[in-house]
Amino acid sequence: MNEPLKLKKAALQDLIDLLRREEFKVLGPVVREGSVAFHEVREVSDLPIGMRDAQEAGRYRLTPGVDGEIFGVVNGAGSLKPFFFAPHEILLEVRREHRGFKVRDATPAAPRLALIGVRACDLAALAIQDRIFLHDKFRDAHYEARRKDVFFVAVNCTRSAPTCFCVSMKTGPEAASGFDLAMTEMEDGFVVRTGSAAGERVVSKLQLPTAASEDVAKARARIDECASGMQRQMDTSDLPHLLYDEVDSPRWNDVAARCLSCTNCTMVCPTCFCHSVMDVQELDGNMSRRVRQWDSCFSLEHAHIHGINFRPRIHDRYRQWLTHKLASWIDQFGTSGCVGCGRCITWCPVGIDLTEEVAAIRAQRGKH
Amino acid sequence: MTPYTIHPARITARRTETEGIYTFTMRLLDPSVRAAYRFQAGQFNMLYAFGIGEVAISIVSDPSEPEILEHTVRVAGRVTGVMADWKVGDVVGVRGPYGNGWPVDAARGRDVVIVTGGLGCAPVVGLINYIIRRRDEYGELHILHGVRTPNDLLYREKFDEWRRVPRTRVYLTTDQPDKSWHYRIGVVTELFDELNVAPSAIVMMCGPEVMMRFAAHALLQKGIGDDSIHLSMERRMECAVGLCGHCQYREHFVCKDGPVFTYRTVRRLFGVSGI
Ligand SMILES: Cc1cc2nc3c(=O)[nH]c(=O)nc-3n(C[C@H](O)[C@H](O)[C@H](O)COP(=O)(O)OP(=O)(O)OC[C@H]3O[C@@H](n4cnc5c(N)ncnc54)[C@H](O)[C@@H]3O)c2cc1C
Ligand code: SF4
Ligand code: SF4
Repeated sequence: MNEPLKLKKAALQDLIDLLRREEFKVLGPVVREGSVAFHEVREVSDLPIGMRDAQEAGRYRLTPGVDGEIFGVVNGAGSLKPFFFAPHEILLEVRREHRGFKVRDATPAAPRLALIGVRACDLAALAIQDRIFLHDKFRDAHYEARRKDVFFVAVNCTRSAPTCFCVSMKTGPEAASGFDLAMTEMEDGFVVRTGSAAGERVVSKLQLPTAASEDVAKARARIDECASGMQRQMDTSDLPHLLYDEVDSPRWNDVAARCLSCTNCTMVCPTCFCHSVMDVQELDGNMSRRVRQWDSCFSLEHAHIHGINFRPRIHDRYRQWLTHKLASWIDQFGTSGCVGCGRCITWCPVGIDLTEEVAAIRAQRGKH
Repeated sequence: MTPYTIHPARITARRTETEGIYTFTMRLLDPSVRAAYRFQAGQFNMLYAFGIGEVAISIVSDPSEPEILEHTVRVAGRVTGVMADWKVGDVVGVRGPYGNGWPVDAARGRDVVIVTGGLGCAPVVGLINYIIRRRDEYGELHILHGVRTPNDLLYREKFDEWRRVPRTRVYLTTDQPDKSWHYRIGVVTELFDELNVAPSAIVMMCGPEVMMRFAAHALLQKGIGDDSIHLSMERRMECAVGLCGHCQYREHFVCKDGPVFTYRTVRRLFGVSGI
């Protein structure tokens, strides 16, 4: 790829300004309710400067970090998913007409987004969602409208949360593709690489200087250190078969006794795509909207048909979720459904950790 | 137009099969949509009741006349409850067809065994009609149907009618007979003692999964291959395009990979509860 450039910390505002001038709505990690999520950013000071996150299973805290560090918070509950696959959206409008009705496709309002501070696992998750919503047999118009022309400024991770395991899932900590710009944060600025023609255009407008070779080496070392220091791991070997074979592992009962079936893990997961389709009528009875809304395989109705619930026990629902994420997803979409972002571990109220569940299932394999 | 786009269709006929089961004939209103519409035996449509919702319903009419769509609806809950009030002239919504359908081509020239159970299985009625209309193209036809109580035997006249079709045998059984019952007594699998078919036969089934599991077991013992046994699965469906996630049966999306699967495909999963 092209030669690495240097963006001084002070020039980050220029990047934001430039993107805003080009009519992007710029989003980045912003502190909200004790966590970070992608919200509109106008000033660099909107970003969580000098903060870090303390994450572990079932626990998340923002803590004071390193002075001047802009992207010290690894991630929060909010992924990129809601910006492309909306939590709630109108698909169709059906209007009653004398003896029948007329159907109109609802087109989503899709602001041009520029997303700053996107992590490698976020981009990997988006690539997975693309396989679900945009494939040869089916292209979801709503997803597609939001997905096109987005400008991604990735930040390579130089620090991981203890819940992260992107190295095991081969998605990080360095952004491999899917970005327009990828930056590695240093004390005095960022080493920047371009990943697209749009990214090239932006850096040429900013007239960024070439990065010094010491900076490039230091950035590389920081990413490598982050990778080698990652605390959590998941052994993914033989994963589809492990979970298929262990359909009656005693561990399913064990985890079912802890799981509350609250659906948190599926809501924070950047790849989960289950949703409900509902028809909602206006009070006057002349108009009805078809709505899709995120659903979860942990909800009781998920596998319910008239008179039968195929997954009545939490045991069945946790097994469905984990098996889908790590095994059947591969059969369905040619990729794992997990990028190792760790969100489901952090945001599980009882701290259930999928890496631990997989390890336990593996340890008991064939021994029961 | 998105895959969710609903096409208006007018009800042209309505027939009451029995209390709570109605067959609707409908015609798509848009001439170009109607002209382009094709389906295969065993595929289904998503039928829409204005403002209420949409449900998966099999097409029971014959694929050689794709302009005529016939659907048999059993009242089960919210949406199907509203459908019970559909009248001739009403405009309803259709999108489809979806799913893979029955293997009627692979069945050509072979003996066909059709096994159903529970409360009348609409997809199978369409299949039987399909074969009867092309009677010469298929071998012996065996129709096996088990019900819990005689009251659950819907379409009694249809079974009597099918008995009179050449080279066709109908086997009926119930677990809990009453005085009106003059067929066999026992669970559906006992019917297989009477069934005499070549191992080259093809089997198509629809009904409760336990019944299909026992039936598949009995048929395997007759030397029929697990890839010659086809079964129609039912799962919750909200989109029918493999997206909403509800119909997943481990790696399969029942809406697009099915609803018809070979026993070979689902064999390992079939006995496991909670999948
Ligand atoms: C491939 C396929 C073919 C079918 N063919 C027929 C047919 O020819 N005739 C017929 O009468 N019925 C058929 N069904 C079943 C029919 O779809 C359900 O009876 C119907 O969805 C019940 O909806 P409801 O709103 O009346 O019931 P409720 O119990 O109120 O259901 C609420 C919602 O749950 C879901 N749901 C409930 N039961 C089922 C179910 N059995 N299958 C899928 N989703 C369900 C639907 O999204 C429904 O809108 C078929 C189902 C499938 C999957
Ligand atoms: S399963 Fe958990 S760790 Fe994996 S992508 Fe989803 S939220 Fe992240
Ligand atoms: S695993 Fe945790 S987050 Fe997921 S449903 Fe169970 S309790 Fe909720």
